[in-house]
Amino acid sequence: MTVNRREFLRGGISGAAGAAACASLAAQPAEARGNKTVPENAIGFLYDSTLCIGCKACMSACKTTNGLPLEDNLGQGLWDTPFDLSGKTYTVIKVYKDGTGEHKDKVKDGFAHIKRQCLHCIDPSCVSVCPVHAMTKDAVSGVVSYNPDVCIGCRYCVAACPYRVPQFQYDTPFPRISKCQFCKEQLAKGDIPACAKACPTGATLFGSYKALTAEIERRKAMKPGEPNVFPRRTVDSGDTHERAAAEYTDEVYGQKMLGGTQVRYLSGVPFDKFGLPVGLPDLSYAAVSETFLHSLYGGLVVPAVVLAGLAVAAYRGTRNIHEEEDDRHG
Amino acid sequence: MPAARQGLDAIEQRFNIGRREFLTFCVAIAASMGLPSRAGAQVAEAITRKDRPSVIWLHHQECTGCTESLLRAEHPTLEKLILDIISLDYHETLFAAAGHQVEDAKRAAMEKNKGKYLLVVEGAIPMKDGGIYCKIGGRTSLELTREAAENAAAIIALGSCAAWGGMPSSPPNPTGCVGVAEALGRTDILTIPGCPSNPYNFLACVVHFLTFQKLPPTDNQGRPLFAFSRLVHENCERRAHFDAGRFALEFGDEGHRKGFCLYKLGCKGPETYANCPVVLFGDAGMQSWPVGTGHPCIGCTTKGIGFTKPIHALAELTNQRPPAMYPRVAEEQGNGVSMGAVAVLSAVAGAAIGAGTVLTKKLGKLERSAEESIRRSGSIRKE
Repeated sequence: MTVNRREFLRGGISGAAGAAACASLAAQPAEARGNKTVPENAIGFLYDSTLCIGCKACMSACKTTNGLPLEDNLGQGLWDTPFDLSGKTYTVIKVYKDGTGEHKDKVKDGFAHIKRQCLHCIDPSCVSVCPVHAMTKDAVSGVVSYNPDVCIGCRYCVAACPYRVPQFQYDTPFPRISKCQFCKEQLAKGDIPACAKACPTGATLFGSYKALTAEIERRKAMKPGEPNVFPRRTVDSGDTHERAAAEYTDEVYGQKMLGGTQVRYLSGVPFDKFGLPVGLPDLSYAAVSETFLHSLYGGLVVPAVVLAGLAVAAYRGTRNIHEEEDDRHG
Repeated sequence: MPAARQGLDAIEQRFNIGRREFLTFCVAIAASMGLPSRAGAQVAEAITRKDRPSVIWLHHQECTGCTESLLRAEHPTLEKLILDIISLDYHETLFAAAGHQVEDAKRAAMEKNKGKYLLVVEGAIPMKDGGIYCKIGGRTSLELTREAAENAAAIIALGSCAAWGGMPSSPPNPTGCVGVAEALGRTDILTIPGCPSNPYNFLACVVHFLTFQKLPPTDNQGRPLFAFSRLVHENCERRAHFDAGRFALEFGDEGHRKGFCLYKLGCKGPETYANCPVVLFGDAGMQSWPVGTGHPCIGCTTKGIGFTKPIHALAELTNQRPPAMYPRVAEEQGNGVSMGAVAVLSAVAGAAIGAGTVLTKKLGKLERSAEESIRRSGSIRKE
């Protein structure tokens, strides 16, 4: 097919006009979507690394309550030794250790524990990417839960989670996605999640998102070294213990980043030391990608125009061939 | 008859106990200090010796609980042994005599056994206002201790009060009392803290002194290592419940009745060095120690914890420094690439490349033959 200059310019201009029309049409329905907001009666956890003694009671309680198998990574067959979140492990206590590892909650020659689990994002990427609504966010509690009956096993959620939480069971014939679902069965029974119930120091604290926000503010206002009262199990359980307050870093993990999470962390050690992503934007990945895709597909204008353009191009292309053939045979 | 055998026979008469029973005791004492089994014989020999060392026993600010618990040590009838092995020349609780008579006896014993006697101090020593808050025979505790310590072969600070101040020194500490080591400004004092101190720890130290003419090895706080090198938490019979996350939440609840871990009730086992779960108390058999009976450890052996930290306050886990048995933040997983996997993968890749090459060659041929046939048919049509 040969194109002369006139035809080429005409095509170019019409294409540009089409694209501009698409953009102007599409921009109207899809306003840039901001972050979703936390539900009014959302629940959450506060994990305070400075209170954690590393007893792993939460890990044990989690496995018992959720019927998860033990994981033996050391090959000794003695202990449950998960290295990280996995198809068999919803939560794991890891350790940051530097030098001699003597001083708790200190960066130099110190150590600190971190509880890895699903953070239950306020605007979760896994829910956004799931093509079949197997990952859902409860409108009332805000719990991000998983429905294995719907799941098609595409593992988009595994790839999409910025915190590397959802795990795929690679070693079973009927795999599921494995992640913390806030012990929703226990919640339905009026109980609290197993890990918070088992935690002996209140390092993992259950409560409403609002009450936990107030608790975080209370802890941030504490003077390091001064004796303070810390609740256990739930914020308002009345089950408390007294100890000297630790020195917290400025950041509250999960407060703002990527729209925030319902599980939040306090620590005496910067969060990048725990291998957690830090310095991410406040706008959630779900908001960014949904804005982009909804503006592309809003009202199906862009696909319609592109399809029309393709149709025209195809018609013109085939007409040329027919003309050539007619010329040859005519 | 060998001399040792004679000595043992004498013991049989002197203490009114069987020879077998006596030897069992000697071996048990040796074992509780972590000494080899043959040390039992040395211990027996030392105990049967005629020259019993003189012991001066001072009391200061305390409740006499350490003496009381020592008197109740029972295997075998230790009050007999302790009074016969050693020559207890001065002890305010056990003396029948009183007043100047007793003080004279002490002075005489100290003079006679200069540089050879064992000084046992029970109770904290008040330092505030010239130490006027505890006086015996018109002299302050500090004066008495200094006087007795001067010519002592070894000093044992018995009980938490003597070891580091104990209960009398807990805030606000109105008498300004301190432990013996601090009061005398010495570091070579053996301390056996505990409230009360375990009688067998004390007895083991005394027998060690008798046998080897020196005190057993100690940590930096003067505590004998055989008794104070392990946390209560490490040998606790409830440890399995701690590891499994089963905690008693309040006194009398289901978990408490089932014997779950008492950490949540404020057990100081994880930060207290003592051999309570191993040696137990009162010779009443198993579980005869605080945690065994269902009460959290209060950390009575440790300065800054016992009588200072609230009983319900949670312990700091001191055994995990540096922490072990936790996955690191970045944990390598898997074993890398195995040779077998490499071989299989390269075989597959090689086969694919080979098949691809053959296919493309054939594709070219196919195309050419197709073109030729078209050309041929075209030429046929033109004809």
